[in-house]
Amino acid sequence: MRPTKTVELLVGLFVAAGVLALFFLAMRASNLAEFGGGEGYRLIARFENSGGLKIRSPVTIAGVRVGRVRSISIDNETFQSVVEMVINHSTITLPADTSASIYTEGLLGEQFVSLEPGGEEEYLKDGDEIELTQSAIVLEELIGQFLFSKAEETPDD
Amino acid sequence: MTNRERDAQDEPFVIGRLRHLGRLTLNVFGKLGRGAFFLFWTLLGSREVLTRPGLLIVQLHSVGVLSVLLIAISGLFVGMVLALQGYTVLSDYGAEQTLGYMVAASLVRELGPVVSALLFAGRAGSALAAEIGLMKATEQLSGMEMMAVDPIKRIIAPRFFAGFLSMPLLAALFSTVGIIGGYLIGVDMLGVDEGAFWSRMQAGIDFDEDIVNGVIKSVVFGFVVTWIALFEGYDAVATAEGVSRATTRTVVHSAFAILALDFVLTALMFGDF
Repeated sequence: MRPTKTVELLVGLFVAAGVLALFFLAMRASNLAEFGGGEGYRLIARFENSGGLKIRSPVTIAGVRVGRVRSISIDNETFQSVVEMVINHSTITLPADTSASIYTEGLLGEQFVSLEPGGEEEYLKDGDEIELTQSAIVLEELIGQFLFSKAEETPDD
Repeated sequence: MTNRERDAQDEPFVIGRLRHLGRLTLNVFGKLGRGAFFLFWTLLGSREVLTRPGLLIVQLHSVGVLSVLLIAISGLFVGMVLALQGYTVLSDYGAEQTLGYMVAASLVRELGPVVSALLFAGRAGSALAAEIGLMKATEQLSGMEMMAVDPIKRIIAPRFFAGFLSMPLLAALFSTVGIIGGYLIGVDMLGVDEGAFWSRMQAGIDFDEDIVNGVIKSVVFGFVVTWIALFEGYDAVATAEGVSRATTRTVVHSAFAILALDFVLTALMFGDF
């Protein structure tokens, strides 16, 4: 059976539409587009408590997303949380005294790492560690502290 | 009364049941074995498909192109329903901004591959089984063998590859049209912010984890559905009833296989263990 010209055309259109759909999913619906511009570099930060931070949580500077968390593990000696993140844009250089904090987006949103650049002349390189860190705010601890201080305030009669 | 019937009457009830069970088991495993050999010969016949791309193109038309309309319309409605249902729940928590992510994640990970495979089994699988079964019933397959043309290479292999190649494309179309449907309902009708709809989707959907896994799922489903359909047709009893049974079994077995495999694949891909 030889395909007619119409059949060939229709099959061509079908394949093109399918590939286009895949392209749409890749570029429009997923995060593939954000991987442009080089491999980026890794940074490590140790937190007392990384809270609800997850793998692939965003890393931001001044509210702009510049990378993602790649892995979270536990340091067996200090019992700190070791967060490894990848900065996607290799053009972004961070001073050595940059600090990292874990914040929550909105009241119930997901948690992310925020980097605040310092003022030193030297820059962080691939694999370097961020020394200044601030842990995630755990809501239960906060409420506990609040109740505790309230209880102290009230004079007992 | 034949000898065998007399035996069957005399033997105790339990023995009869046991014999029935034994025959059933033998049938099932025999069929599985025939199916495996059938797949093996089909894959061996793939060389024929490469040397005659015309055969493949004709089948891509009847298996793929003719399914596009069904897949696209179903995808549109599934996406629209997802947006409507998702919105009512998400807006209770003030999280309607994540609607785009919810619609896209459910489509790309699950509904795209699974629903399009189920539709594909109903639309293309049943047609393949009936076509091959009728070819067998009217002795066209034996006729080809008489002329020293291998029906596996000439008839089965092109259809197999057409189904196998069409399925991921159809699933991608389904997901894409579904996301557009979700966009129409979510953004245009329910008033979700357009920027949040797309940016939450892009932030949440990972290319490797979600889209590639969805494509892998649809490739597996395409392989299995086409295999079941062609084998049921090829293995059909050469009567009108046999063809009708083969068609029914194709749809039923494909649906089972798709849903069971989907569970296994999901556990492998997204399970945290």
